[in-house]
Amino acid sequence: MADVTFTVDGKQITAPTGTLLIDACRKVGIEIPAFCYYPGLSLQAACRMCLVRIEKIPKLQTACTTPVAEGMIVATETDEIKQARKAMLELVLGNHPLDCPVCDAGGECELQDMTFKYGAAESFHTEMKQHREEQQWSPVVYFDRPRCILCYRCVRVCGEGMDVWALGVQNRGVTSIIAPNKEDHLECEECGACIDICPVGALTSGAYRYKTRPWEMNHVATICTHCGDGCKTTLGLRSVDDGVEIIRGDNRDKSGINGDFLCIKGRYSFDFANHKDRLTKPLVRRPDGNLAPATWEEALDYAGKRLAEVRDTRGGASIGVIGSNRTTNEENYLLQKFARKVLGTNNIDHHRTADYTSFARALAGHQDRAASLRDAGTAPAILLIGNDPTQQHPMLAWNLRTNVRLNRARLYVANHAEIKLLRQARASLAIPQDGYAGLIGYLAGDDSALAGTESSAAFREVIRKEENLLILFGSEYRGRDIDALVNFGLGLPNAKFACLSDYNNSRGAADMGLMPDLLPGYQPVASPAQFADEYGNLPQTGGLDLIAMFDAASRGELGALYVVGSNPVSRYNIAPGALKDTFLVVQDMFLTETAVLADVVLPAANLYEKTGTVTNTYGDLQLVKKAADKAGVRSDFELIVRLADRMGANPKELVSYGIGMRADLGQSRGVQSGESDRHAVWLAANHLEPKLSPFDPFAILDEIQRLVPDYQVDRLALLAGNDERTVPPLVHIDNASSKTRSDGVLPAQDTLFTSGTLGRYSSILDEVMESRETKSAGAAATTSLDVST
Amino acid sequence: MANLVSHPDVVPLLSMRFGKGASALDRYLELEGYQSARKALEMGPEWIISEMKASGLRGRGGAGFPTGMKWSFVPKQSEKPKYVLVNGDESEPGTCKDRLIFEHDPHSVIEGTIIAGLAISAKMGFIYLRGEYRYLLKIIERAIEDAYAKGFLGKNIFGSGRDFDIVSHTGAGAYEVGEESALMESLEGKRGIPRIRPPFPAVVGLYGGPTVINNAETIATVPHVLRIGSAEYAKLGSERNGGTRLFCLSGHVQRPGVYELPMGYNLKKMIYEVAGGIPGGKQLKAVVPGGSSTPVLLPSEIDIGMDFDQVAKAGSMLGSGGVVVLDESVCMVEFALRTIKFYQHESCGWCIPCREGTDWLKKTLTRFHSGGGVNKDIDNIKYLAENMLGKTFCPLGDAAAMPTIAFIKKFRKEFEDHLDGKPCPYAHTAESVLV
Amino acid sequence: MSVQETIFTSELAARFDKLVTIYPLRRSALVPMLLYAQDEKGYLSDEVITEIAQRIGITELDTRNVISYYSLLRTQPAGRYHVQVCTNISCMLRGANEIFDHCKKTLGIGNKQTTPDGMFSLEEVECIGACSWGPAAQVNYDYYENLTPEELDKVLEKCRASVVQEGKGSQA
Ligand SMILES: Cc1cc2nc3c(=O)[nH]c(=O)nc-3n(C[C@H](O)[C@H](O)[C@H](O)COP(=O)(O)O)c2cc1C
Ligand code: SF4
Ligand code: SF4
Ligand code: SF4
Ligand code: FES
Ligand code: FES
Repeated sequence: MADVTFTVDGKQITAPTGTLLIDACRKVGIEIPAFCYYPGLSLQAACRMCLVRIEKIPKLQTACTTPVAEGMIVATETDEIKQARKAMLELVLGNHPLDCPVCDAGGECELQDMTFKYGAAESFHTEMKQHREEQQWSPVVYFDRPRCILCYRCVRVCGEGMDVWALGVQNRGVTSIIAPNKEDHLECEECGACIDICPVGALTSGAYRYKTRPWEMNHVATICTHCGDGCKTTLGLRSVDDGVEIIRGDNRDKSGINGDFLCIKGRYSFDFANHKDRLTKPLVRRPDGNLAPATWEEALDYAGKRLAEVRDTRGGASIGVIGSNRTTNEENYLLQKFARKVLGTNNIDHHRTADYTSFARALAGHQDRAASLRDAGTAPAILLIGNDPTQQHPMLAWNLRTNVRLNRARLYVANHAEIKLLRQARASLAIPQDGYAGLIGYLAGDDSALAGTESSAAFREVIRKEENLLILFGSEYRGRDIDALVNFGLGLPNAKFACLSDYNNSRGAADMGLMPDLLPGYQPVASPAQFADEYGNLPQTGGLDLIAMFDAASRGELGALYVVGSNPVSRYNIAPGALKDTFLVVQDMFLTETAVLADVVLPAANLYEKTGTVTNTYGDLQLVKKAADKAGVRSDFELIVRLADRMGANPKELVSYGIGMRADLGQSRGVQSGESDRHAVWLAANHLEPKLSPFDPFAILDEIQRLVPDYQVDRLALLAGNDERTVPPLVHIDNASSKTRSDGVLPAQDTLFTSGTLGRYSSILDEVMESRETKSAGAAATTSLDVST
Repeated sequence: MANLVSHPDVVPLLSMRFGKGASALDRYLELEGYQSARKALEMGPEWIISEMKASGLRGRGGAGFPTGMKWSFVPKQSEKPKYVLVNGDESEPGTCKDRLIFEHDPHSVIEGTIIAGLAISAKMGFIYLRGEYRYLLKIIERAIEDAYAKGFLGKNIFGSGRDFDIVSHTGAGAYEVGEESALMESLEGKRGIPRIRPPFPAVVGLYGGPTVINNAETIATVPHVLRIGSAEYAKLGSERNGGTRLFCLSGHVQRPGVYELPMGYNLKKMIYEVAGGIPGGKQLKAVVPGGSSTPVLLPSEIDIGMDFDQVAKAGSMLGSGGVVVLDESVCMVEFALRTIKFYQHESCGWCIPCREGTDWLKKTLTRFHSGGGVNKDIDNIKYLAENMLGKTFCPLGDAAAMPTIAFIKKFRKEFEDHLDGKPCPYAHTAESVLV
Repeated sequence: MSVQETIFTSELAARFDKLVTIYPLRRSALVPMLLYAQDEKGYLSDEVITEIAQRIGITELDTRNVISYYSLLRTQPAGRYHVQVCTNISCMLRGANEIFDHCKKTLGIGNKQTTPDGMFSLEEVECIGACSWGPAAQVNYDYYENLTPEELDKVLEKCRASVVQEGKGSQA
């Protein structure tokens, strides 16, 4: 669009036609105060803070609703404007409780900031202020009415942004009030966006209220541990007796891949870390058959000794390893290296929630066809097949909605269920639950592949006309269906793809070779190439997958099983007896259904307590930073190294610490108390150079970047907190063998309020589920209506 | 029941059918009804608009915008349907004229709506009545039914090949929805919150289509303009203020009532001759010339012609034609309080200055009137009003601020007389209901 | 959206069925519908809100947002005769405050209250468009103008009488 030139406070400014004056001013550093204006949400012109004088217009104008125009002359610094701003603040403060000292927003309140800046210090009213008790609207949301300045941001972010429409404005005039959808409480997606966007302390979160003052916290930006979208969440931390506790999660600076968004899990479900059942001492099964606390020395020695025994007597092939969807890439890489190099086994797998292997194979050789999460926010057209992003990929759903709302993106949805995103869909197709494969055939032109109707023909037609289509598919697609889908998509100009999996680092687990037949980067174990050079001898026949390991165990053929951050017994409904002849080592935060069967349980740190990288389901690589700390637990990384050490392996061969100066980037290294102490102790004991220890994940990131070409991203940008694209895929997968390969995918079926085993230990998720059950029992008749906007 | 009082200076144009049973269609036809619509059909949009422009008719809703010009802003071509919206929300205190038109001459509103529709090539019109006017809704519904039955509405109106529908609609109690953009919101089934302008209704209005919004009296005048011709009509009034309008005289006058008088008619004469002067031999203290939102005039300021320009020159506004007359017994603080209490009650609450400003004005004036005032309050009241003026989202804020500023400016002494715990010198009610 | 089991009389339900069709957008019928429902039911109960929200195809929250904006709409019952006295400027100048005080005294209730027998409720209201004939009041939708305390007593008496009348009628 053409640019226009205009003048603000004597300064010449050029901006594209249609830019709002407030944005144009802000861009060049002219601050225009605003309460109701919020970029991306509808305009309100309600707070009148942004009034400016525009020449030739008799009345003051709101900069938040005025598009810039050629030759416009604007004044924002005159006495008149100063007085107008001051007046608005005086008026809004008139009824404001000014309880800043006890207000959650104190210190990060826009009203405080503006009062400080534009001055409205003297109160000339002698009337009593209205007082109202604060209300709890949901486990997450509290409302303190007198603090509300009626900027309507919450109403809009909930309606326009979330498409939930759970907040409204009721009454009129000075009795106007923000109201929740169920009269005295809220029934919503509990994302907390309303709280985050509230410029004052009117909406506060149950998780954080009255816990501390913002300036008393440390803030660490890291990646949410829950779903496969990988939002950046900034954790507010404070020191407690047994470490560093997380008391808040938000996305304050909006700098992450998720922009304005976080769902309930990213914002509040960090609380599992403080769950009372958290393990903080290793457990060892005693001769009486009971698990009992043990020292780290004892537990590690015992586990290491027994694993070595099994390896040395029965061979590596009688040991299995199950990795995690939520550990870092470095840990996953290290785990498979440990399995293959130290245990000598290819029996390694994880709970797979998407068939990345087939995706990698299908996309082989096609550069730039793998989509980033960011593409969902910018693509002109999107085809969503399968999955329910609102439940399983809340951030993706946000991007899709925003893209439709602000850019009029064309969203096409094909699903067997009535998913919520149908509301944003330009065209949709209901298909049978087993019709996903048929759909691709149909789209590709095979009329017999789907019971076609007029509308399905129309659907096909619009899809086939799209250029730059983003194709998102769920775990409904596996194996050869993915090839078919990708082949169809490659026939459309510039189509891009994303395969949706369920957990924070599901993608990383697959990428890092937690697979019986594939090394990191989907390199077949039969042709280890650079890995052979690096690792020395490697088992070159494919190992057992997860199910096969348990089958082997029940046949008495699995001597030992090492489970890291996973709960397969519950997830796969394994009969507990299956493991009775297997020596079981489990690393976890909790005594899960799997851990209770273990011979040794090692209390592990969670993602918020460690440093490393994770890869979201779209292949965006992001840095995870150590935020919290818990006395008594250790990172999975450290535990793997220590086990290897106990088994007589040379840690230096596992983690190439002390070399590779690329890793020497100091500041992002684990620096929190516990971890750095342990680094120091190890380093001192082993007379090593001071900066690198075998527990330093960056030493492994070096190795990953050396051996896995996909991961050769800009390291500095990554460390700066940016999301970096990995560039899949590799071409190594052997097409012939892949035909017989089982995909082993078990979709997690999580919802907005669940998160696998981990979610069960989140009290906020529990509370939400519980309150919905009790409340909706009473309001069974409540209909959920499509909101026409 | 509402009725029209007579006086020799009254010019019965708009009111010519009042009291003559014209709500019955046959009677309306006998009294030259629906002739203008037929003529308009014959002559076409351009002629209608040029007649309206030439007539000097200015909006009777309050702002006095030239009607012909308003209609000419509607784009000829439009993807979305165009609409006519008749504003019968009549809620400005002191105003009770549209009510008479709906009661006595509903077909004139229907005919005017048809003509406005023809002028802008709309196929649909809405007549919005305030919720309190339920009995009028029945009258207008009946009239619309009759017009449909006769083929004046619906398909092929008057056999012209054109279609035009009218839907009557009721509000449910809210002054603010009289504001044109809030009116559209209300008609669309929403809270009466004004819309951001631009775009103006003539371009993007009801249901997103170009929309002409006029006051009911304006619309009812339209057939008369075409009936007697624009030149004749213009001549009735004063310069740039064509025709006659219904003035509602209320308060302390001998013969309160609604009088149709030429635009530019002298205010003093209106009070002393037409309405028979102040009862009980009392002195005049003040006049609110155009509904409660217009700044008060002193007795020394009322020797003016009642048209939009002359009243503006006198520092007030002609507004909605509600002339409220106050005799010497009135406490101006109480009057100011009652005025602001209304705006506080009716503020939609959307924007800070109006929502908070009207409330603080009400609180301060309440305390002040009950004897708790301090000197600083007087300036504070003015400061509050000045901080609202020109800064609110819609003109309701101004409507509250302007009279308040005038009360303080013109009656400061009376405010001072209330200071220091002095009881209201004018107190004449045993019990105050103003809380 | 069709409603299977309506809580309204069949006449009103039929009227509602039509009302939603006469506007370019269904939602335009909302405010009239609420008012008519209130006329029939006395107030906008939860059930009324549920059905109307359904008929229009909007959420109950949205419906409540609208209801709470308009001063004629109520979510609590009022008296059988809802006495609304205008005390705005024109009426005030002609003695509206005395009329309102008189109402309070004779009915024995305050603003926005209902007599124990549910017969009358009282409300001080803003201008009702009867300024030239003030002081004025509305009882339900009926206008009473040029009021004096005596006139008002007659009006209230008439209300009481007509209830008695109705009662007799239904017994017969
Ligand atoms: C707060 C407010 C209330 C209004 N109320 C009414 C009203 O009740 N009736 C009316 O005709 N115009 C009212 N208006 C004026 C309308 O906005 C609009 O100008 C008018 O209907 C246009 O018609 P006209 O050009 O025929 O006057 C009001 C304006 C404001 C700001
Ligand atoms: S609760 Fe907060 S965000 Fe919502 S309107 Fe009030 S001040 Fe604005
Ligand atoms: S969308 Fe996913 S990654 Fe983002 S906050 Fe929610 S659970 Fe975490
Ligand atoms: S001035 Fe503001 S608060 Fe007042 S009625 Fe207009 S928009 Fe609503
Ligand atoms: S920011 Fe412009 S009015 Fe609120
Ligand atoms: S002031 Fe009472 S009816 Fe207008």
